[in-house]
Amino acid sequence: MMFLVATIALLVVVLLMLVRAFMGPTFVDRILAINGVGTATVLLIALLGFLTSRPEFLDIALLYALINFVGMLAILKFFRFGDLGEEDEG
Amino acid sequence: MMYHSMVIAAFGLMLLWLSLSGYFNFLQVSFGILSTFFVVWLTIHLKLLTTDGARLQILRGYPLYLVWLTWEIIVSNILLAKIILAPKMELHRQIIHTKANQSSDLAKAIYANSITLTPGTLTVDVDPDGFTVHSMAKTFADDICSDKMNERVAKLERLSTVDNVK
Amino acid sequence: MSIVDLLSWALIIFGSSFCIIAGVGVLRLPDYFSRIHAVGILDSLGAGALILGLMLQAGFTLITIKLFLILVIIVITGPTATHALARAALDSGLTAELDEENDPSSN
Repeated sequence: MMFLVATIALLVVVLLMLVRAFMGPTFVDRILAINGVGTATVLLIALLGFLTSRPEFLDIALLYALINFVGMLAILKFFRFGDLGEEDEG
Repeated sequence: MMYHSMVIAAFGLMLLWLSLSGYFNFLQVSFGILSTFFVVWLTIHLKLLTTDGARLQILRGYPLYLVWLTWEIIVSNILLAKIILAPKMELHRQIIHTKANQSSDLAKAIYANSITLTPGTLTVDVDPDGFTVHSMAKTFADDICSDKMNERVAKLERLSTVDNVK
Repeated sequence: MSIVDLLSWALIIFGSSFCIIAGVGVLRLPDYFSRIHAVGILDSLGAGALILGLMLQAGFTLITIKLFLILVIIVITGPTATHALARAALDSGLTAELDEENDPSSN
C-alpha cells in the first residue's frame, strides 16, 4: 500500500522533471532535468521490485544508477567538445 | 605496497561479487574468483591501481564525520524545502569564495563534495587556494563562511595523516 | 516489529514527499543554478530517506546490501554530476543570476 503511494509520488516527480525538460530555456536545464529523471527512475525501479515482491529488480536499479551517471557525463562531454574525443581531459 | 593494494582490491571485489550474487555454490563462486582476477589484472594493466595503500587510512575519522554530515544535510534540506514551498520564495543568491584548509586532493574532494551534497550550497569552481560556492539563501552562505565544515574535514585529514608518518 | 514497520513507512513517506518538493523546486525556481540545488534535494534526502525506509522493510538480507550500494552510488555520483553540470553551464557562457554581489574578485 505504502509502496504504491511512494511509486505514484515518484511518477509525479518524473512528470514535473519532464515538464522542466520540455520547457528548459537552455540545454543545461534539460540535461539537469534528465539527471533528476534518472535518479527518480532508479528509486522507482527499486520500489517496483518491492511492489511486485521481485527483489531482482534491485540489480537493474544498481546498474541504472551507474549508467545514468556515465551517460550524463557523456552527454555533457559531447556538448562541450562536439564529439566524445580521444583526449581524456573531461 | 603494490601487493598490498592488489590484495585489498581483490578482497573488495570478491566481497562485492558475493553480496550481489547471493549464490554460494561452487560454479558461481569460481566465476566470481575468475572475474575478480580478471578485473584486478585489468586495473593493473590500465594503471588505475594506486600504489599508496595509505589511502585507506582516511577512513579512520569517517563514522563521526558521516553522522555529522547527515545531520547537516537533513537540517539544510528542511530549510531549503521551506524556501521552495513558501508562496513567495525568499531567495538570496550569491557567489562566495571560501578557503580550503586541506592539503591533499582527496580531502579537498571530500570537502567540495560535502558542500555540494548539502542542499543550498554548490561548489561551482575549484582553484588552488579555495572554492567558488553558489549559495541560495543567507543562512547557507553564513554556514559556509563560518568554516565549520572546513575545520571538520581538515581535522579528518590530520587524523588520517598522523599515522602515515609513523 | 510493528515499530520498525511504522518507522519504515514514516521514512518512505518523508522521502517521497521530499522527492516531490524537489520536483516542485525544479519547476518553480527562477534560474539554472538554483534549480541545481533542487535536484540536490532529490539526490540527498529524497533518495536517502526512501532507501533507508526500504532497507528497514527488507530486514537483514542481501537486499539490504544492494539497497545500501544503490544509496552509496547515488550519494557519490550525485555531487560529481552536479559539479559537471555547473561547469558545463559556466563553460557554455551561462552566468549565475545573483541577488547581491558579495565577492567581486571571484569568477
